Amino acid sequence: MKANGKLGTARTCAVFISLSALFVLAVLWSINSGSVRIPVREIWRILFHRGAIERGELAADTSAFNIIWKIRLPRLLLAAVLGGALSLSGFLLQTFFRNPIAGPFVLGISSGAKMFLAIVTIALSAWMPSIPVAVTVAAAFLGSMLSMMFALLFGGRMRNMSMLLVIGIMIGYICSAVTDFLINFAREADIVNLTHWSMGSFSAASWRDVKLSALIVLPTVFCVFLLSKPISAYALGEGYAQSLGVHVRRFRVLLILLSSVLSACVTAFAGPISFVGIAVPHICRVLLKSSKPIFMIPVSFLCGAVFCMGCDLIARTVFSPTELAVGTVTSAIGAPIVIWLMVSRRRDETQ
Amino acid sequence: MDRSYFELRGLSVGYGGRPILSDVSLDIRRGEIVTLVGPNGSGKSTLLKTVTRRLPALSGKIFLDGEALDAIEAKRLASKMAVVLTDRVRPELMTCFDVAAAGRYPYTGSFGLLTKRDREIVDAALAQVNASDIAGRDFTSVSDGQRQRVLLARAIAQEPEMIVLDEPTSFLDIRHKIELLEILRAMSKSDGVTILMSLHEIDLASKVSDQIVCVSCGGVSAGGRPEEVFSDESVRRLYGLERGFYNAALGSVELARPAGTARVFVVGGAGYGTPFYRALQKAGVPFYAGILFENDVELAVAAPLAASVITAPAFDPAASSRLSEAQVLMDGCDTVIDAGCPANGINSANARLLAYARSRGKRVLSGPPAWKEAIL
Repeated sequence: MKANGKLGTARTCAVFISLSALFVLAVLWSINSGSVRIPVREIWRILFHRGAIERGELAADTSAFNIIWKIRLPRLLLAAVLGGALSLSGFLLQTFFRNPIAGPFVLGISSGAKMFLAIVTIALSAWMPSIPVAVTVAAAFLGSMLSMMFALLFGGRMRNMSMLLVIGIMIGYICSAVTDFLINFAREADIVNLTHWSMGSFSAASWRDVKLSALIVLPTVFCVFLLSKPISAYALGEGYAQSLGVHVRRFRVLLILLSSVLSACVTAFAGPISFVGIAVPHICRVLLKSSKPIFMIPVSFLCGAVFCMGCDLIARTVFSPTELAVGTVTSAIGAPIVIWLMVSRRRDETQ
Repeated sequence: MDRSYFELRGLSVGYGGRPILSDVSLDIRRGEIVTLVGPNGSGKSTLLKTVTRRLPALSGKIFLDGEALDAIEAKRLASKMAVVLTDRVRPELMTCFDVAAAGRYPYTGSFGLLTKRDREIVDAALAQVNASDIAGRDFTSVSDGQRQRVLLARAIAQEPEMIVLDEPTSFLDIRHKIELLEILRAMSKSDGVTILMSLHEIDLASKVSDQIVCVSCGGVSAGGRPEEVFSDESVRRLYGLERGFYNAALGSVELARPAGTARVFVVGGAGYGTPFYRALQKAGVPFYAGILFENDVELAVAAPLAASVITAPAFDPAASSRLSEAQVLMDGCDTVIDAGCPANGINSANARLLAYARSRGKRVLSGPPAWKEAIL
C-alpha cells in the first residue's frame, strides 16, 4: 500500500511538472507565432525589459513591442484563464451529476448564457452603444443558471448518461433557436459583435478582459479548491457524504453556483467554446490515474489552460492568414475524446 | 448500569407527511446487535433513513447516548454513527483503500489529507474485514462481497460508536454473508460497537442478533430476543406466508406443501427420507411420511411438506402402536418408497410396514435413481 501511495505521488508530481513545462512552451510558442515574425531574442528583450524599453533606455522595434504586449500576450493569457475555468466548470458538473460526460456545453448551459447575452445586447443596444462588461457577465450568468435549472429539472434525477445528454442537447437547441430568431429580427448594426462572438474566439482580447476575467475566475478557483474535501466525500454518493457530516444541500448549491460562475465568465468573454469541459478533466483523470479532487482541481485548471492556448494557437496559425474560431478547434479535438470516453465506458458497463 | 444507548420514542417515519410506520419505540443497549426484519416495502429502510438523519422524523424523538439526535452537530454525529447503505457506489478511479479512507472525513483537516495515524486506522479497518489484500485494487473491479466488506471497513475507519446497515447481506453469497455477520458480531462484542441493521434472511437474523424487531406494514413490534420473537406462527404472520413454512427451531424455510390427495407413502427415518421429501415437493407430488420418531431430524422437513406424518414417541420400541394408522394411509397409496433407513431393532415397525406394502401388492421403490422415474 505504501509503495502504491508513493507511486501515486510520483505520478502526480510528474503530471504537474510536465504540464507546467507545456504551459511555458505554449506561452513561448504562441508569442513566437503569427503573421509577423519576431526573432526569439527580440521577444526575450521585449518581455523582460519592458520598463527599460518604455522609458526609452533600450532600443526595440515598436511594432513588435505593440504586437507582443497589446495583442499576443493578452490573447494568450485570456485563453489560459478561460480554458482553465471551462475545464474546472466541467469537472464540477461531472461531480454534481456523477456523470463523466456532463459539461457546460453538453448540458446546454453555454447556449443558455449565449441566449441571454443576445437578448441583453439587442435590448440595450437602443440605449447604449457599448454594453458594460459587468452587464454581459451578469446576463451570461443568469442564462447559465436558467438552463442549468432546466437540465436539473429534467435530467438531474437521471443517472442515465444518454438521457442527460439528450436533454442537454435539446436545451442547447432551444436556446440556439431563440438566439437565431432574435438575430433574424435585429438590426444589422446591433448584432455585428454578436455574430462574431457567437463563434467563440479569443481574438478580441484586451488587457481589461484579462484582468476582469482573472478577477472573477481566480477567486472562484480558489473557492473550488477549498471545497476539495467535501467533493471527495461526495464521490461515494449523497448518502455517504451526508453521513460523514457534509451538508449535502448547501454543498450542491455551491457546486452549481461555482460552475455557473466559471462557465458564464467564459461565455461572456469568449463566447461558447465546446468540449473543453468534458475532454480536459477526462484527460487529467487518465494522466493522474486518480480522481482525488485535491489533485484534479489544480491539474484540470492547468491542463485546461494549456489545452485552450494550444487550440487557439492552432486556430490562428494553421490556415493563416485565415483565422478559425477556437470553438471549431476545440470541437475537432474534444469530440473524438468524448466518443472514446463513451465507448470505453460502455465496454466497462457491459463487462 | 443498563441504560439505553439508542432510544426511539413514539417515532413516526414516512415521506411527505404520510407515515409508513408510526409510534415506534425501541431501546438499544450499547454493544447490542439489533435487526429489523419484515417484508419488502414495510418501511425498514425508511426507519433506518430516519435514524441516520437522511429523512426527518414526522413525529417522536430519537436519542443517541442521552442526546436528542437532531441536536447533534453533523461533524460530531459523523464521529459517533457510521452507515453502510444499499446505494450502489461506483466511484471513479478510487482504490479500496481510498474508499475505506473516506471514513476518516470527520477527523481530517480542511483539505482531507491523511496523517500517518489515519493511514494506520484505515489499514487496521481493512484488516479487520479481511480486505488488506485488495487495498490497492480499483474499487469497481472487485467482487460484490469484497465491495461490501470495503464499505464496512469505511464505516469502521470512521471509529463510530454505532453502525447502521441497510440490508448489508443482499447480493452476497452464503459464505460472504456469514463472514460479514461474524465481523459485526466480533465488533459488537469486543469493541462495544452498537449495531442496528435490516436483514432479509430471518434465519441469519435470529442467529446474529441480540434483539429482533419485526416491521410489517403500518406497525413495529417491540424488540425482543430472537427466541421470544420468532415462532413458526409469528413469522408466518409477519411475512403473510400463506404457502411456505418457517421453522423457528432450526431457522429454516420450506416451500409450500404439494396440494392434492397423496398416492405415495415414504417410509423414512434418521434423515434418509429428507432427499425424497424435497424431490417429491419439487415434483409437486403429494405424499405421506412415517413412521418417524418425534426426535427424528427429518421430522422438521417432513412435517411442513407431507400431507400427513405418522409419528411415534421417541425411543419407543412399541412404535407398532402407530402401525395400523400408517397402514390405513398406505391403503390409499399405490407407491411406497423405502428411503433406506435400516429397519431393524428399534425401527422394526417400519420393517413391518414395508412387508405390509409388499403383501398388498404396492409398488415398493428403493434408492435413487429408479424411484425418480417411477414418480414422474
